[in-house]
Amino acid sequence: MRPRKIKPDRRRADLVDQKGDAWVYSGIVKDHFFHPRNFMLKEPKDESGFDGIGVIGSPACGDVMKIWLKINPKTERITSCQWRTFGCASAIASTSMMSVMVTENGGLTVEEALEIRPQDIMARLEGLPERKVHCSVLGDKALRQAINDYFKRTNQSHRIIVEGAKVIDKALNITDRDIEEAVLDGCRDLAAVQARTKVGTSDPSCLPEVEQLIRFYVEKYYG
Amino acid sequence: MRTVYLDHAATTYLDPAVFKAMAPFWNNIFGNPSALYREGRRAKQALGEARASIARILNCSPGEIVFTGGGTESDNLAILGIAKAREEAGLATKSHLVTSAIEHHAVLRAAESLEKQGYTVTYLPVTPDGLVDPDMVRSAIRPETLLVSIMYANNEIGTIQPIAEIGRICRERGIYFHTDACQAAGALPLDVNRLGVDLLTLNGSKVYGPKGVGLLYIKQGTRIAPLIYGGGQERRLRSGTENIPGIIGLATALKLAAENRVRENARLTKLRDYFIDQIMRRIPKVRLNGHPTQRLPNNVNVSILDIEGEAFILSMDRFGIACATGSACDSATLEPSHVITALGLPYEFAHSALRFTLGKQTTRADLDYTLAKMIPVVKRLRRLSPVHVSLEARTVTAPKAFIGQNFPIKARSRRRQ
Repeated sequence: MRPRKIKPDRRRADLVDQKGDAWVYSGIVKDHFFHPRNFMLKEPKDESGFDGIGVIGSPACGDVMKIWLKINPKTERITSCQWRTFGCASAIASTSMMSVMVTENGGLTVEEALEIRPQDIMARLEGLPERKVHCSVLGDKALRQAINDYFKRTNQSHRIIVEGAKVIDKALNITDRDIEEAVLDGCRDLAAVQARTKVGTSDPSCLPEVEQLIRFYVEKYYG
Repeated sequence: MRTVYLDHAATTYLDPAVFKAMAPFWNNIFGNPSALYREGRRAKQALGEARASIARILNCSPGEIVFTGGGTESDNLAILGIAKAREEAGLATKSHLVTSAIEHHAVLRAAESLEKQGYTVTYLPVTPDGLVDPDMVRSAIRPETLLVSIMYANNEIGTIQPIAEIGRICRERGIYFHTDACQAAGALPLDVNRLGVDLLTLNGSKVYGPKGVGLLYIKQGTRIAPLIYGGGQERRLRSGTENIPGIIGLATALKLAAENRVRENARLTKLRDYFIDQIMRRIPKVRLNGHPTQRLPNNVNVSILDIEGEAFILSMDRFGIACATGSACDSATLEPSHVITALGLPYEFAHSALRFTLGKQTTRADLDYTLAKMIPVVKRLRRLSPVHVSLEARTVTAPKAFIGQNFPIKARSRRRQ
């Protein structure tokens, strides 16, 4: 759905980008920004009561979204989707709208929720200006991360979908993201990474690549 | 609805006296100053008087002032014009520039364009308070350095740079020294001899003058080439029929600024410090960006951690309050403020940075109203936020949120030394 372009009267514009396109924050975006639904009022000290938790940041601008899911184990329907967002009005509205989409009418099943695309979130918001489109992408990514976390917790790793992640250890299905996470958690050499992830323990042929990745991430975060 | 405008560093309204001074020049004294007949002569005389008036404020001769279409144009003329003149003179030896990491984009982008042509540029880092160290300028200067450009006062964090000291260093070494004084004009003295500059940029839109007009002071003897060709106006350095109403407005605005400077500075400093004090007392986890005292009297720039700037601005707009942010979400290029980043702070501080710049019409009641509205706004946005950035943080707080993405995680200025 195209955002409404207001060419002549830019005095009403809430955003004007470099190309001169003016965009008025739609009523729906404003509504979700000033009256957000489903946000996490008090951050839980004990997160074990949740079925899937996702935290994702946007490389485009640095916004961060966190989602806490509760999923009915029998029906796999999402019964609760609470969230918090560090970001602009578009980001907050995107998370709020996404949370409504997955929980309305009894809640989507996990498989149905995985079919949501950023465009669907944008359509419900009645459009976002071009430079805010990444906010809806962020909402979509955060949902997927939370669902992946649910798969991990319920021992359904085969259902985990990680876009763009490269599988390094085929035997144990360990990706470059897992290694990155280990380095961020303080593992700075192969021994530490192996102790944490077990990477290369059954298939040592991947170890040279693992070592290269470790060096890369150590340099990136601590160099 | 009550409105409180706190973004004077972005632009200002016209002072009524400036508006009045400009009025005759649209329809009455409208002639082209280059024309021989009386309408032209009258316009030319007004142009000369405006130039002379500004020259008195800058303590230079009228011939050293070139009127342009604004501050950005003057910055471009200074940097690209000096480089161009050097090339046209065939001096192949000088090819290095020195500037700072916190300059206005008009300076940075112009410098970058020279880099693409083979020049080298040193972008000096600043202290955590945003100050340029004159000793670093001295060590950065090389035999092939052509120009040093350091802004007088920074538009985002208000830091006032030691221009006179840097000017002395440049004079010792025989290097051209340019300063962008657009933000400084209302608050700081503009005597070019005391500052020791060869080039100085000023514009109208920050000092209650008109937008779209500025000037470049060019010291006699400076080798500089024009960027805009045409009828040869402004000693061939800036062709184009002169924007007489704009120039009269600029001259009037600068005159008023100089006359009221001391009194207005005292008033604004008091309001500024009151506002900063109230924010720091009543809102937890706030960092003041920039130097506490070597700072423009009207500039307040704070990082209110854990909330994002654009969301804050939209919320405040509901109450008629206007301010600015260093957040990436609010910039057309989606990049966080390069100034806040240059202070050595992680991007979250830029994301949370809010700038309030006070002005002529700002009263204490305005600030109290703003405080009353912003405190609940901050509380609300913090309730929605998943991040908990520490005031002492110097690297990104939640790096795991960016796994698998190419987000530059370390807290380092975009510019390398």
